[in-house]
Amino acid sequence: MASSSDSSTPRGEAWVWFSGLGLIIGLGMVVGLLALVLMNGATVFWAPPVPVAQVDDGRVLIGQLAQRRIRAGSPADQPRYERQYQVGLRELNGNSYLWIDEAKIKGETFPADVLGLERVENGPAFVRPQTLRKSDGKIIPATDAAFEAAFQAEVAAAAAVREKLIDITRHRIGDVNAAMDQARVALRRAEDLKITDEVAALQKEIAQLDGRFASLQEEAKQVVAGGAVASLVSQDAAGREVVVPLTQVIRAWFPNRLDTWGRVNLFASRLGEFIFDEPREANTEGGLMPAIFGTLVMTVFMSLLVTPFGVITAIYLREYAQQGPVLRIVRISVNNLAGVPSIVFGVFGLGFFVYVLGGSIDQLFFADQLKYNNNTPVFGTGGLLWCSLTLALMTLPVVIVATEEALAAVPRGMREASLATGASKWQTIRDILLPASAPGILTGVILAMARGAGEVAPLMLVGVVKLAPSLPFDGSAPFLHLDRKFMHLGFHVYDLGFQSPDSDAARPMVFATTLLLIVLVVCLNLGAIWIRNRLRARFKGASF
Amino acid sequence: MSQIMNPPSSSRIKVRPAAEREGRKDYISIRDFGFYYGAKKALDAISLDIPERQVVAFIGPSGCGKSTLLRNLNRMNDLVDGIRHEGDITINGRSIYDPGLEVISLRRRVGMVFQKSNPFPKSIFENVVYALRVVGVRDRAVLEEACETSLRKAALWDEVKDRLNDSALGLSGGQMQRLCIARAIANRPEILLMDEPCSALDPIATGKIEELIHELKEQFTIVIVTHSMQQAARVSDRTAFFYLGKQIEYDTTEKIFMNPTQAQTEAYISGRFG
Repeated sequence: MASSSDSSTPRGEAWVWFSGLGLIIGLGMVVGLLALVLMNGATVFWAPPVPVAQVDDGRVLIGQLAQRRIRAGSPADQPRYERQYQVGLRELNGNSYLWIDEAKIKGETFPADVLGLERVENGPAFVRPQTLRKSDGKIIPATDAAFEAAFQAEVAAAAAVREKLIDITRHRIGDVNAAMDQARVALRRAEDLKITDEVAALQKEIAQLDGRFASLQEEAKQVVAGGAVASLVSQDAAGREVVVPLTQVIRAWFPNRLDTWGRVNLFASRLGEFIFDEPREANTEGGLMPAIFGTLVMTVFMSLLVTPFGVITAIYLREYAQQGPVLRIVRISVNNLAGVPSIVFGVFGLGFFVYVLGGSIDQLFFADQLKYNNNTPVFGTGGLLWCSLTLALMTLPVVIVATEEALAAVPRGMREASLATGASKWQTIRDILLPASAPGILTGVILAMARGAGEVAPLMLVGVVKLAPSLPFDGSAPFLHLDRKFMHLGFHVYDLGFQSPDSDAARPMVFATTLLLIVLVVCLNLGAIWIRNRLRARFKGASF
Repeated sequence: MSQIMNPPSSSRIKVRPAAEREGRKDYISIRDFGFYYGAKKALDAISLDIPERQVVAFIGPSGCGKSTLLRNLNRMNDLVDGIRHEGDITINGRSIYDPGLEVISLRRRVGMVFQKSNPFPKSIFENVVYALRVVGVRDRAVLEEACETSLRKAALWDEVKDRLNDSALGLSGGQMQRLCIARAIANRPEILLMDEPCSALDPIATGKIEELIHELKEQFTIVIVTHSMQQAARVSDRTAFFYLGKQIEYDTTEKIFMNPTQAQTEAYISGRFG
């Protein structure tokens, strides 16, 4: 700083520039992060042309370009690049992705007959089709003009068969299994308590369920036998024959033949699958619907829990508690609670909510369940309720502080006016202070939601799983199953990025999932902000 | 008692018979009243009687304790931490510090209008009937009647009758203050306290409120704190002059302004200090 008194620059001017610089750096990091996630996440589902590349060691490969990077150890002034191709056909190639030195690539061609396949198992495949064996036994060569239409029709028919099969094996047999489990527990209880007529009834029920199970299995077999005979014979890049039954094909496209509209359609179809379907292949493929749903339900439920707790606490602290050293200590503790690492809340949630509270609930209300179902806990294990409670506890300080600030910001005159008309303290709080501070309280809830929706670490301890068999919300009573484990986008990102068997295949999904998580949090926040603005408008003058 | 003062049939608010209110010269009685904010003494041995249905003005320089005394009449000072009082204030013979008297019921009998108009962020209607809502009146007809009566008495009815459901925050400054008066009289208190009600208003709005005070004193005992000598002279029947927490002089307004006994009073009124 210039210390001479004749300097014409006001002292402190430099700090303006410093703070501006700080803002630019901060904004730059945010924008950079969003741009990276957006670019990588949004292009995952785009289908570019797929080259056939000749490598100078004689190899030929068909693959979609996944990445291009500078080779390690190449000089900085003359960088040498290498390319990563997604070649698919994991069962033949051993690995879906190949790194090739760019200098060794002799040439790339884009033949129109290259076919991309998304498959139920073993990931995608890029092949050159030879013949299609239709369900009715007819064989159509790939050179035939009717090939593409017939092929897509068979793929669609096979997809319908697969849907039917999934409906039977996963949903209907699943329902029977669940009913069977319940009946068995009830039977064990009845046998133990020697309720003879109930034992007989339950045994009859189990026999019936067994019958239904067998008939469903039979039905599934018939579905498989009835429709799943079409197959595609094709060659991979090296000329090896690849036979793919069409029931294995989820989506097929000719990447070098598609026009822009076709690519947009394909993009939309893949995006739709990503958002509305269930995951496949150790979560590296398919959709994220359970995770989106789980995140949404958990966050909303957490907000519903944290708001009343936080507001009541803040009202007590601000309006009723005796101001003094004890209250100051309480305030400091509450504020420090916001700085406790979230995993600590997870440990607390596991120790207190899950084991103590959940364990007690099981002892009290599900004693039969424990006794006759191999000690399988209901609430005494991680679940939606405990996750929401743990995060509510974690975000509580945010809501408390925001509510206290909002209450303090209500003009003193308004409070006095209410008391002077003879309203009690509680009436004043309920009718005047709370409505007037609602926008401020909602700001706290928005912050809490933003923090809660993105939190992963504590959830891993109290109920989030890699793959949940069922959603926490479904058609069977009581509809919202607070005891169920669920999937979460944040945990999904971690799981894909660090626990996936095929990290190359998981990489694009990590970005897409991250993008989805950000979009979800933004949507939740926008919803809350919309509500807050409506509330604010109510407190503004109509006209002046 | 005029027709409009008769309570609605189902109202729970009691209005004492007119005869009982007549002629009480010591309706509010302040005896040796001292008041402390922590260690600071704000009022010292105040003793004065306020007659029923008259307007009494408290005047004095800033910090003389006149607002403190006013705010003690409905115990609004209870909101402040570390306060202490000595002496006693009785209204109609009963001490306002009587442990058996709930402060809420005291405030229902002693309405208050503040220096800064402070309407609630609610509709005009809800503002006026707030005092009735807090005592549990739900009957829409009763509320509507009370709203109209109060707004008419506050000389605001004609200006807002077509937009009762609009936000009160959209009114002008003078209208807001009259709305606050309407709100303060909606549950028919016996006493109305006004803490510099016109200090933030233009002369026209001030004139309207002063007219209003003249009309309201037919039904209410009014205590007004004001910085404007002219206002005190115009609206009040009796005037008390305070200085540094002490009551210097209390007499009829005419006497105070024309022929004060104390030199300090005369100096203040003639503008030589304060």
